[in-house]
Amino acid sequence: MLPELAQAALVLALLLAAVQGTLPFAGASRGQGAWMAVARPAARAQLALVASAYLLLTLAFVRQDFSVRYVAENSNTLLPMVYRFTAVWGAHEGSLLLWSLMLAAWNAAVARFSRRLPETVAARVLGTIGLVSVGFLSFMLFTSNPFERLLPAPAEGRDLNPLLQDPGMIVHPPMLYIGYIGFVVPFAFAVAALLDGRIDARWLRWSRPWTNVAWGFLTLGILLGSWWAYSELGWGGWWFWDPVENASFMPWLAGAALIHSQAVTEKRGSFAGWTLLLAIAAFSLSLMGAFLVRSGVLTSVHAFAADPSRGLFVLAFLAVVVGGALTLYVLRAPSLEEGRPFAASSRETLLLVNNLLLATTCAMVLLGTLYPLLADALDLGKISVGPPYFGLMFTILMAPLVLLLPFGPLVKWQREQPSKPLAMLLPWLVLALVCGVAAYFMAPRGPLKTAAGVAGAAWVGAGTLRFVWARLRASGRLTAEMAGMALAHTGIAVFLAGALLVEAQQLQREVAMKPGEVAELGGRCFRFEGVERVTGPNYVADRGIVTVLEGCSTPSATLHPEKRAYAGGGQVMTEAGIRPGVLADLFVALGEPLGEGGWAVRLQVKPLVRWIWAGALLMALGGFVTALDRRFRRVEER
Amino acid sequence: MNAQEPHPRNRPLARALAVGVAFLALVALLLYGVLVSDRAGRDALPSPLIGRPAPEFSLPVLHEPGRLLGSEDLRGQPYLLNVWGSWCPACRDEHPVLTRFAMGKRVRVVGYNWKDEHADALRWLERYGNPYWAVVVDYDGRKAIDWGIYGAPETFLVDADGIVRWKHVGPLDEGVITSELEPLLDHMGVPR
Repeated sequence: MLPELAQAALVLALLLAAVQGTLPFAGASRGQGAWMAVARPAARAQLALVASAYLLLTLAFVRQDFSVRYVAENSNTLLPMVYRFTAVWGAHEGSLLLWSLMLAAWNAAVARFSRRLPETVAARVLGTIGLVSVGFLSFMLFTSNPFERLLPAPAEGRDLNPLLQDPGMIVHPPMLYIGYIGFVVPFAFAVAALLDGRIDARWLRWSRPWTNVAWGFLTLGILLGSWWAYSELGWGGWWFWDPVENASFMPWLAGAALIHSQAVTEKRGSFAGWTLLLAIAAFSLSLMGAFLVRSGVLTSVHAFAADPSRGLFVLAFLAVVVGGALTLYVLRAPSLEEGRPFAASSRETLLLVNNLLLATTCAMVLLGTLYPLLADALDLGKISVGPPYFGLMFTILMAPLVLLLPFGPLVKWQREQPSKPLAMLLPWLVLALVCGVAAYFMAPRGPLKTAAGVAGAAWVGAGTLRFVWARLRASGRLTAEMAGMALAHTGIAVFLAGALLVEAQQLQREVAMKPGEVAELGGRCFRFEGVERVTGPNYVADRGIVTVLEGCSTPSATLHPEKRAYAGGGQVMTEAGIRPGVLADLFVALGEPLGEGGWAVRLQVKPLVRWIWAGALLMALGGFVTALDRRFRRVEER
Repeated sequence: MNAQEPHPRNRPLARALAVGVAFLALVALLLYGVLVSDRAGRDALPSPLIGRPAPEFSLPVLHEPGRLLGSEDLRGQPYLLNVWGSWCPACRDEHPVLTRFAMGKRVRVVGYNWKDEHADALRWLERYGNPYWAVVVDYDGRKAIDWGIYGAPETFLVDADGIVRWKHVGPLDEGVITSELEPLLDHMGVPR
């Protein structure tokens, strides 16, 4: 009975979304206040309906109602309680419900916090979100219904994909989805502005914090995914340029560009058309990410089960949303006025370069991700584009960005004498170069990458601090917007150090070890004590015991790498044994048993690997802090 | 970089065209992707074993634990090697399909009981029926590495000379049997 109730709630939500997606538009163009006023209550009611459907699905998991097909396929009686809650988004149908819930939450938040906007603009923003909701809800109801019955109910379900039975997985998808779907707000704003035919700095100021928050969540989501891959996939990597990672990285890049161009448009009126196009692009890329993951077009470890009918539905939805927005853009954008003029040496120019580099990188990732498909379509054979392409291109495109980054905040709007910021930053540039050269000669391995990492991190870090200092000296305080920017830029410095140093300095050994044997790696010894059989709630595991001996004499840590066999599907999962450290992680993973108690063991020392996630965390924080700026909340006189 | 410069007249049109063409090309490419996404074996890397001799093996027989059955014993006539385990739900899904195919008696269907428990495997066959000509067991999965088996179910077709001719990853269904396996058997001259 309850699943049918949830179903009805979703149908009602779909009907409300349809109302929200039509009436307010009509009201806005005809000046009918009552029609526009429908949008807000409709948004609130949708949130209530989708949230109750979500709770009912959670309840079905908790009570193990195997008569619901989705529950039977993604849980069994052995599944621990905490994973019954997270299993809700463990596969396609439920994750789509979570996605719809996030959309409904953003929708209701916009309804709540858009009272400062002119009534027609708010009505069009909410109307656009309503149309997007129609797409998501009907996608779920017509092709991927999580409440479908399975009668007669089986006595036992299958299992939640063991890859997803990990604490990192509990929060990764929700964060990612909040970010993805959050870009609907700048998108809806862009559509409203295009319909209105003009773009006002005050409306832009309203939409900026939304973009920052969505981008911050997306950053957190990607960070958690990377951390999870590191601890769970067993080979110690943190980024693989996998199609699904790329699918989340493209909107991230577009969002990063959007954050910067919105600032220019809001403050100077320049790049208005470009900002709108980026807002459309960021959300379109989010939708395309969803499409790539759920259609089976590209293969990946992350992909949900392929189903062409779903693929066609999302593609049609994508074509309508993106095609519609782009048509509107092409028809209306030229009529938007251009902003104030600026000289070649100005902050506008630097931000333009920033945008061009980020947009090009995004296009590069898109090309690399779709290239195998293109090659297949043109019959060039099975080609996969891997880390060599992405790594090289990414470095080439990001190096100038890193070089120019510290200048951005120090250069004035409109016109600046190039000598002034250069004089401010020259000592720090020299310092960074000296650090880089020193690192080059001190590095035991990979001197070039180490030097680049150290110099880049020192340059961005010092340049950012220089800006903070200059600001504090001039006015004695930082606005939240500046603090957020400084945080995010510091995050880039930390990230650079982590990413490049772990690439250059990591040590790795694959050894066959028998109990009692010792292997040396980077001045430490790893003693393999043996493997014991342990039983978890829904798996049995071979758990290795590895003692780390600092300087090959004093024991400093004991690591427990595991190989788990889950009861439900017989899948085997590795669980690495990690001793985290600020300066270096020690990482041990079990390979295959070799007989007579011997095992293949993978030992790794990963210096500064945590800095990668610390840097990303700072970037996300930067996004959130910026959104807190009082300027965005000031009540505007109409 | 001067935003005051007047735009050439044709710019909006050129921009519209560029955006439109790029968008349509992308949609066309993705549409192609969707349409071929269920093409069988699209992403399966061809097994390096195909066209090569099947790995040598000699494994205990499930129902007669003392007896060994090996690749040499199977020579002379083609056989289908089906990898399964009692722990594998997808194997249960393909079981009726496999049973129907085995009843046709076109080729011998040899079960490859992988990473299983002896008693569980016997009970599973009693419960769901035993379509196999014989079942060999590989409890620790050591031999499966030679076959490149990385999941169950997987199915191999080996011809009379011991050459691997075909491989299917995942559960068999009627479509795979009628569109891939049967034509291949016709081609190999195996009588219906």
